[in-house]
Amino acid sequence: MNVILDNFSLYRDGFLQTLKICALAAVGALVLGTVVAGFRVSPVPPLRWVGTAWVTVFRNCPLTVVLFFCAFGLPEIGVNGAYFWFGVTGLVLYTSAFVCEAVRAGVNSVPAGQAEAARAVGLTFGQSLTSVVLPQALRTVVPPLGSVIIAMIKNSAIVGAFGVGGDLFAVGDTLTSARGEAALPVLTGVVLGYLAITIPGGLLLGLLERKVAIAR
Amino acid sequence: MTTSVLYDAPGPRTRRRTLVGSVLAGLLVVAVLAVVGSRLDEKGQFSAEKWDPLVNPSSDTFDQVWNLLGGALVNTLVAAALAMAFSLVIGTLLAVLRITASRWYRWLVVGFIELFRGVPVVISIFFAARVLPTLGVDLDNLWFLVIGLTVYNSVIIAEIVRAGVNSLPTGQREAAESLGLRRAQVLGLVLLPQAFRAMLPALISQLVVVLKDTSLGFIISYEETVRTAGIIIQNLGNPIQVYLVVAALFIAVNYGVSRLAVYVERRLSRGKKAAATLSATDPAGAGAGGGG
Amino acid sequence: MRLRRLMFGTAAAALACTVAACGGGKDTGSSNPPVNTSATFDAGTTMAKLKDAGKIRIGTKFDQPLFGLKGLDNKPTGFDVEIAKLVAAKLGVGADKIEWVETQSKVREEYIEQGKVDLIVATYTINDKRKERISFAGPYYEAGQDLMVKKDNSAITGPESLKAANARVCSVTGSTPAETIKKYVDPANVVLFDVYSKCADALKNNQVDVVTTDNVILLGLVDKSAGAFKLVGKPFTTEPYGIGIKKGDTKFCQFIDDTLKAAAGDGSYEKAWQDTAGKVAPDAPKLPDLDTCS
Repeated sequence: MNVILDNFSLYRDGFLQTLKICALAAVGALVLGTVVAGFRVSPVPPLRWVGTAWVTVFRNCPLTVVLFFCAFGLPEIGVNGAYFWFGVTGLVLYTSAFVCEAVRAGVNSVPAGQAEAARAVGLTFGQSLTSVVLPQALRTVVPPLGSVIIAMIKNSAIVGAFGVGGDLFAVGDTLTSARGEAALPVLTGVVLGYLAITIPGGLLLGLLERKVAIAR
Repeated sequence: MTTSVLYDAPGPRTRRRTLVGSVLAGLLVVAVLAVVGSRLDEKGQFSAEKWDPLVNPSSDTFDQVWNLLGGALVNTLVAAALAMAFSLVIGTLLAVLRITASRWYRWLVVGFIELFRGVPVVISIFFAARVLPTLGVDLDNLWFLVIGLTVYNSVIIAEIVRAGVNSLPTGQREAAESLGLRRAQVLGLVLLPQAFRAMLPALISQLVVVLKDTSLGFIISYEETVRTAGIIIQNLGNPIQVYLVVAALFIAVNYGVSRLAVYVERRLSRGKKAAATLSATDPAGAGAGGGG
Repeated sequence: MRLRRLMFGTAAAALACTVAACGGGKDTGSSNPPVNTSATFDAGTTMAKLKDAGKIRIGTKFDQPLFGLKGLDNKPTGFDVEIAKLVAAKLGVGADKIEWVETQSKVREEYIEQGKVDLIVATYTINDKRKERISFAGPYYEAGQDLMVKKDNSAITGPESLKAANARVCSVTGSTPAETIKKYVDPANVVLFDVYSKCADALKNNQVDVVTTDNVILLGLVDKSAGAFKLVGKPFTTEPYGIGIKKGDTKFCQFIDDTLKAAAGDGSYEKAWQDTAGKVAPDAPKLPDLDTCS
């Protein structure tokens, strides 16, 4: 286990990099996913089609393929930038499809009477969605959304292969491959790093779930 | 549809406004696609030289490319099917263990499940391929990929099965126990068969996840679809085109599997009363086998 | 019932597919070196074992243009592959009996230690750290780390100029060049991918300014770029490529060294170069001085 202590600063930087990627991607995915969910229930047919196509594409494509198109497709259409942002974009696009479906399921779970009442007092589609339906839906979708975000944290291990660099898994790869360290202790360190994020995340989610359950 | 609850049946003015909105949104979509298309065209991404090996059967390399892609797709499906089969068995065992375990070792099972639920699947694959050989396990890359996927997915399936068992009415368990069945019999004969019926759609959806995750085999040079795409690209120099085809392949297969899950779900919820006839015709079992 | 049938079905399908899919990786080229069918070796040596088995497992790269690149016909080609065929032929093993195994940089020592391959010819730089775990025959070629830039780039003249130009440098994860270049540039400016072809794409799209690795690998990328890239042409390391074998197998090492010398003598070494990397770098190299086997 000496290899973990000897390279502690590398591990720490990798851990922070992973946290940074995940925090940015989580915010992006939640916002974008909610917007796409709005598209999917909107009265404007082209928006609905865009929403459906969006979900079909990003839910059924492997993340590696999505990340590839971010890292090599975007520059091809004239969008240049840091690979860090391409990696975050890929995670956001991929995760937004799952967020969208969770939110949409939440919207559908809101009793019809709520939306009808909103309409009865004269709210428009946008108003009833943002001030009546979504606030209630978001509360019911906390557990599935939490699972989606935790899955995203685990998925973030792949961005290292697309030029982002410096994340936890990339640290493990550098140590085992370029420096020739034994795989077992190095990877144990990497796993501990991820568990340090996902297990507290899961516990937090359990707490939230209980809190939401009481509130209803 | 519940979504129509969100807005009234539109009157003439709203319909006009929706029409305007539709046209505007449609135009925006078309405009975005046009910009992307023209930018790609500027870079020569629509040239026959880059597309012919993939779409033109008379091209010299068409047969070779599709032979490679076909073999790779088979490899992807094999890995996914094996991983799914093993995950089902191990996941069910774990779920049973977790439900029946006495307190003194239940924490062990729970700990195992929580541990592997928190580990990225790419790391469990990497772990299998790099650590197991140092312990003297000599296997093909296929099996390392299958092991990595199984470790990750079996704990997820364990949780799905547990949720399924817990969702059953307590009367089922009580009735079985009052008949004098032993604990194993209660689970095996009464609870699990019903849980599986309830969980089948979720299990089929999990197959989509497994299919997508096989693409992580590239990290241990298992020649699945994404890895093979890389080899084709090195020879032909057309990454955008090859990846578009790969994306289309994955979307087609996974969309099919997802539709199957929806179909099974409908079928099951419709046939709740006619459960006996349903298991006789066995539509879901045969279909799921084909999808994997 | 249903579940059992389902699982049986998938298992049967899986079995059928594995049997059908694992046939690849054999070579039946026409210009292969003549097989030394009459070779005899002392009993107990690796050579005798391989000769008797009539087949050999050779590790090489599948993604390195000019040295080891898997083609659309599912067979690897390149200078490394030709060198490996020469060795196999001398053992009495024909090119069609070679099982090619992909050995990415990070698994090479492991594959030799675990006996997954009999030898590795895969742009494999001889160094002391690796010698702790395996032995090398050769070297059969001497490369050096170099830089590749866009054709119109005149600011970058060598590794020392990278910092001033604030250049973003691309290489491959877990490779030695990637570690070496970190001495010359800020690690934040180093971009890493899993294969070099992605680096070439990144250079084409101005996502990076420089690609660095061994000059011969870069040559392959320059060749494929149709004039868009150029080599800076000032190698700043020496990378002697060796043939990796089990640690301490001096007899096998000696045999490979003899084979290399013979190949240099009868022109088959030069032919191997001309058939592969020679298409881009016509000047055939001379066989470097061989290390002593230990």
